[in-house]
Amino acid sequence: MPNTPDLPIYVTDALIAEDIDAYLAQHQQKSLLRFITCGSVDDGKSTLIGRLLYDSKMIFEDQLAALEADSKRVGTQGQEIDFALLVDGLAAEREQGITIDVAYRFFTTEKRKFIVADTPGHEQYTRNMVTGASTADLAVILIDARKGVLTQTRRHSFLAHLIGIKHIVLAVNKMDLVGYDKTVFERILLSYRAFASEIGITHFTAIPISGFKGDNITALSDNMPWFKGPALIEHLEGVEVAAQRDVSSNFRLPVQWVNRPNLDFRGFSGQVAGGSVKPGDAVRVLPSGKTTTIDRIVTLDGDLDEAVAGQSVTLTLSDEVDCSRGDVIAAADAPPEAADQFEATLVWMADEAMIAGRAYWLKLATQTVSATIQQPKYEINVNTLDHLAAKTLELNGIGVVELSTDKPIVFEGYADNRTLGGFILIDKLTNATVAAGMLHFSLRRAQNVHWQASDISRDMRANLKNQRPALLWFTGLSGSGKSTIANLVEKKLHRMNRHSFLLDGDNVRHGLNRDLGFTEADRIENIRRVGEVAKLMTDAGLIVITAFISPFRVERDMVRSMLPEGEFIEVFIDTPLAEAERRDVKGLYKKARAGQLKNFTGIDSPYEAPETPEIRIDTTAMSPEEAADLIVDRLLG
Amino acid sequence: MTDTLTHLDRLEAESIHIMREVMADAVKPVMLYSVGKDSAVMLHLARKAFYPSPPPFPLLHVDTTWKFRAMYELRDRMAAESGMELIVYQNPEAKERGINPFDHGPLHTDMWKTEGLKQALDLHGFDVAFGGARRDEEKSRAKERIFSFRTASHGWDPKKQRPELWNLYNAKKAKGESIRVFPISNWTELDIWQYIARENIPIVPLYFAAPRPTVERDGLLLMVDDDRFPLLPGETPVERSVRFRTLGCYPLTGAVESEAKTLSEVIQEMLLTTTSERQGRIIDKDGGDASMEKKKQEGYF
Repeated sequence: MPNTPDLPIYVTDALIAEDIDAYLAQHQQKSLLRFITCGSVDDGKSTLIGRLLYDSKMIFEDQLAALEADSKRVGTQGQEIDFALLVDGLAAEREQGITIDVAYRFFTTEKRKFIVADTPGHEQYTRNMVTGASTADLAVILIDARKGVLTQTRRHSFLAHLIGIKHIVLAVNKMDLVGYDKTVFERILLSYRAFASEIGITHFTAIPISGFKGDNITALSDNMPWFKGPALIEHLEGVEVAAQRDVSSNFRLPVQWVNRPNLDFRGFSGQVAGGSVKPGDAVRVLPSGKTTTIDRIVTLDGDLDEAVAGQSVTLTLSDEVDCSRGDVIAAADAPPEAADQFEATLVWMADEAMIAGRAYWLKLATQTVSATIQQPKYEINVNTLDHLAAKTLELNGIGVVELSTDKPIVFEGYADNRTLGGFILIDKLTNATVAAGMLHFSLRRAQNVHWQASDISRDMRANLKNQRPALLWFTGLSGSGKSTIANLVEKKLHRMNRHSFLLDGDNVRHGLNRDLGFTEADRIENIRRVGEVAKLMTDAGLIVITAFISPFRVERDMVRSMLPEGEFIEVFIDTPLAEAERRDVKGLYKKARAGQLKNFTGIDSPYEAPETPEIRIDTTAMSPEEAADLIVDRLLG
Repeated sequence: MTDTLTHLDRLEAESIHIMREVMADAVKPVMLYSVGKDSAVMLHLARKAFYPSPPPFPLLHVDTTWKFRAMYELRDRMAAESGMELIVYQNPEAKERGINPFDHGPLHTDMWKTEGLKQALDLHGFDVAFGGARRDEEKSRAKERIFSFRTASHGWDPKKQRPELWNLYNAKKAKGESIRVFPISNWTELDIWQYIARENIPIVPLYFAAPRPTVERDGLLLMVDDDRFPLLPGETPVERSVRFRTLGCYPLTGAVESEAKTLSEVIQEMLLTTTSERQGRIIDKDGGDASMEKKKQEGYF
């Protein structure tokens, strides 16, 4: 396509002139695609966008006249039209000749409306690209055919992938400057494919184009007969958009605003963030976990039979349940979790570096909570994709961190739901948005939502028993005296009218855990199950006593993390191996030494002693009776 | 309901989401209402966002006393229909000095609109103001955020705007600072017209062609809307079939000759036209290339 100002710029759909009503009816049914363009400064990105606007007739005569004048005055294309001038907006940028922010452009074709985020390719502006990409369904990665895959190409691809963009278009631009050579295109394609699979991009669409000359933009170009399509616009018109995908997931609606015009109406307004919902559907309000059903879907245009992902609606519920801004109304049978500790990827966006341990506001969907971040596990070098040790994240730094919130938030992994997995961090002092984040998963799964909300709380149960629940976790070698002392402790508690329960290792293996052996994996599962049972019992208000060898530190810490702060009391029955083996009450050491027992702790399987147990009992220095008194005093004291 | 939302459905849902989100942090929000087609759409969206409640904020019209008479009529009607309070503000100093578009040029816009808006926001202590600006209107607006922060003196610093990710808006602000929120940022002129047609939204009849008394001056067709219009020697109002693509102060707003009497015909004409929307307005032209951006830094919407 020649690039001359006299080409017919306003070849509009004949239907507009002939039958405007038919045209409008047809155009009301268009879908919307949001995409970003990324490339380095000289890849011709602004030129491509200018070309898209120009070819889809979004440029008017007066703008074109101004463009021609500007092109001659400040353009970089000699006497020809510099399309880049159409999209470079702010005065300062014009002078520098580079785009420095995210700009949004709009154009329409017969099939779709498009919103283009024009994101900068300049080294220091990772944050702008992440911003532009966050709302995009598709990314167009521009490559200069003369230069091939550059560091910037890798960076942009990585960022697009990081933010979860499923559709990647590799636009090999400036094909006119390499003589429309097929081998140049194929060489770039090969080298990009190798890199893409490295970072997890499984498929992408490569198109050789010239934004400047208009090749393969709206139609296939005669200059490249070897390329069988699709042309760029054709591809953009055809890809599936995010809203369509979201509809098939589980229903979620983060509540934005409680609609209460009078005492007779109580509605919950929000935008559906996944799935669909109909009146009569069973739903669960999170984090409380209360269930009810949808009564009505209310809009100004009348009640709806169904609301789908992307729609902004107001729901009324069949029962009077507590529900306010920040809560999430979700499918009753597939609700999201709530948690307060997470692993996440952070993109730092502020000039001031991240400060580990400082509290920031975290906003996720309609929830705003206070959050602290730990020192990054590692930082990712966006150019090499190497993982680097880091103490903080600077502007444009990307890292994986653990963070904790001051109260549980309802969430999903970012890969499953962008709305319930994407968040921003806000500086509490300056109110600046300092970071964008994507949740991976929660770290303390036991602090998830209590799915079935019950009206009687664990505090109420404990109060009735007149005691504070606790878990006395005895650990030590086989034959160290755990069961003996644990038994004595329970007897003492019973005499004092305390409600307790002793979970003994051997007894549990006769029932609940009889399917488990003594491999490392089975031992871990053994402890996990005991931890879960003990947790339920403390929820019931009991003082639980367990006596298990529990040789691995990490499993004991796992149980500790299941319980509220202060309720896990680790009791280390410290008996040296030689002493335990000398006692050998059950004759097990003898068998193990003889090779008749495998994986026996202390013999051919390690015992990791607690580093800072709440209570340490030296059985070589005190009697079982004295030990039991000491433990009861510490528990009740 | 089909699985796939149309582009208008998605734009509508986004705008409603933005308006509701404002309510989370705003202390005293207000909706700027200029009576034009964009304002009409924004008001309609607000009614949808909060239905069955009325929108929980008043409408503010920063008046210059020089709007078309038909605009004042529709303004009062829509305020009554929506059940919202209407606040009309006229800069008392501009009023006293008799500032008008014929004698005072750019000072007219500056005093009535730019200064008037600041005064009205300060007077009522509004901390969030909804505006009907769109990103497609003008180059510098393409980069404007949806939540645009203003200093205590209403200044706009393009370097200090917050990144907007996903649909998460950070509406936290310090005392004295305010936010302009543009819920229809992502709508184009065509979207606006299609939505007006789809939703039957009432708009000022001046958008439709009718015989109106006009004079031609400085390349613009101006409508003689009342007897304050000073005719120059040799000027006689001529009845022409005209309509307006944008509406502002009548002495500053150029009409186009047109026969488009229905919404469909207006959209048809818009699609077939070859000049941009703001061309009929004088305001963009003073100050050269980056004039709108300069005005924005000074506090013009």
